Amino acid sequence: MIPAAFDYVAPTTVDEAVRALAAGGEDAKVMAGGQSLIPVLRMRLAAPTLVVDLSGLTELTGVHDDGDSLRIGAMTTHYEVQRDPLVREHAGLLRLATDTVADPQVRHRGTFGGSLAHADPAGDLLAPALALDAVMVCAGPSGTREVPAAEFFVDYFTTALAPDELLTHVKVPKLTGWGAHYEKFNRVAQAWSIVAVAAAVRVSGGRITAARVGLTNMASTPVRARAVEEALVGQEATAEAITAAATRAAEGADPPTDNNADAEYRSHLARVLTERAVTAAVSA
Amino acid sequence: MRITVTVDGVDYSDEVEPRTLLVHHLRERLGKTGTVVGCDTSNCGACTVHLDGHSVKSCAVLAVQADGREVTTVEGLAREGRLHPVQQAFHRNHALQCGFCTPGMIMQAIDLLADNPDPDEDEVRHGLEGNLCRCTGYQNIVRAVRDAARQMRPGAGPDAERVDEAKLVGRTPTHTGGGGE
Repeated sequence: MIPAAFDYVAPTTVDEAVRALAAGGEDAKVMAGGQSLIPVLRMRLAAPTLVVDLSGLTELTGVHDDGDSLRIGAMTTHYEVQRDPLVREHAGLLRLATDTVADPQVRHRGTFGGSLAHADPAGDLLAPALALDAVMVCAGPSGTREVPAAEFFVDYFTTALAPDELLTHVKVPKLTGWGAHYEKFNRVAQAWSIVAVAAAVRVSGGRITAARVGLTNMASTPVRARAVEEALVGQEATAEAITAAATRAAEGADPPTDNNADAEYRSHLARVLTERAVTAAVSA
Repeated sequence: MRITVTVDGVDYSDEVEPRTLLVHHLRERLGKTGTVVGCDTSNCGACTVHLDGHSVKSCAVLAVQADGREVTTVEGLAREGRLHPVQQAFHRNHALQCGFCTPGMIMQAIDLLADNPDPDEDEVRHGLEGNLCRCTGYQNIVRAVRDAARQMRPGAGPDAERVDEAKLVGRTPTHTGGGGE
């Protein structure tokens, strides 16, 4: 199918983009890599009057070392994130999750920031962003503000971004030396996660000293499995301790029921996949 | 909007609507019908082309986004009447039945081999996971990509010579490592 007609602008600075978005009003839509938006336009599930294409904003690409955290430009592609040496060293969980996003063609175009701003709870980068305590840098007409991941994801396809704001960068605190794993469950290649688990653990002298666990597609937003984190910290990194902690994975989640799985099955998956993810992260 | 896109080495300047998808521009305006549309959901990968040297689904790129950039389609792979080594390998290994997915499979296979010149079977399957084939069951496609990798391996003279003579016909070292773009 062919999208409904729209006006198109391709700004070259964040200021220009913010102005274009404000001028476009509520029917303006930001396009990052376009890998979710263009199919949606084709199927005419959305018909914005104006598309603001950020692909010319080179200032929003790349990964920079900001001391205690990485500063990742929102327009950095998945392909670039996968290959970035800073991400590999300090945010291994993000790289592993990015490896599972869609397929190679989509990863060449799709962007880290675009995925987060799209806020599909089945998207694979939301739970890692939440587990890593990422901070979203948002630009609007009155300047920039920072929103923690825990406050950024509001509901299905809904974030804390105002209609006239852009996500410009993501600050990802470094977890250097932590083990990480992203365990994704889906039925066929390039399908969305039915459930997935993002885990990062720090192990010292055989004991788990810190743990982060995030769940994909277990609610209308990504979810932190806090009960699992608390159960893991201070334990010896043994199979028994991990199995016991993983039984608490679905506590606090509100999994959806759809054609792929009902809520009860998703809760079961969360427990099984958490055990696998933490086990792999401990030995990573 | 007026755009200029280099497609298979030729510059084309055209007036396009912002909503025009790159695949429709290629097929309907430029006559590059080697690139096909297989689905409406950006799942199937049949429309895969290279944009500035990287594979993309041309149904998920606007034509205006290709302004000033280089596109390589399956039509631009052959050199001096000789098929690209990946095209030859698909032929040799019978890596198609109806052939509809083949343009996208070949373009993605070339992208994969540019990143990973010697993929094992698992890596080929993952590298092609954005491309659907509803006929072959993928077995011969995977064989073809690994065969092409052997033929294209830089400095792989002795290895290449181990396969029978017929497989070497048309081997063109200038294609080594990518789609020539």
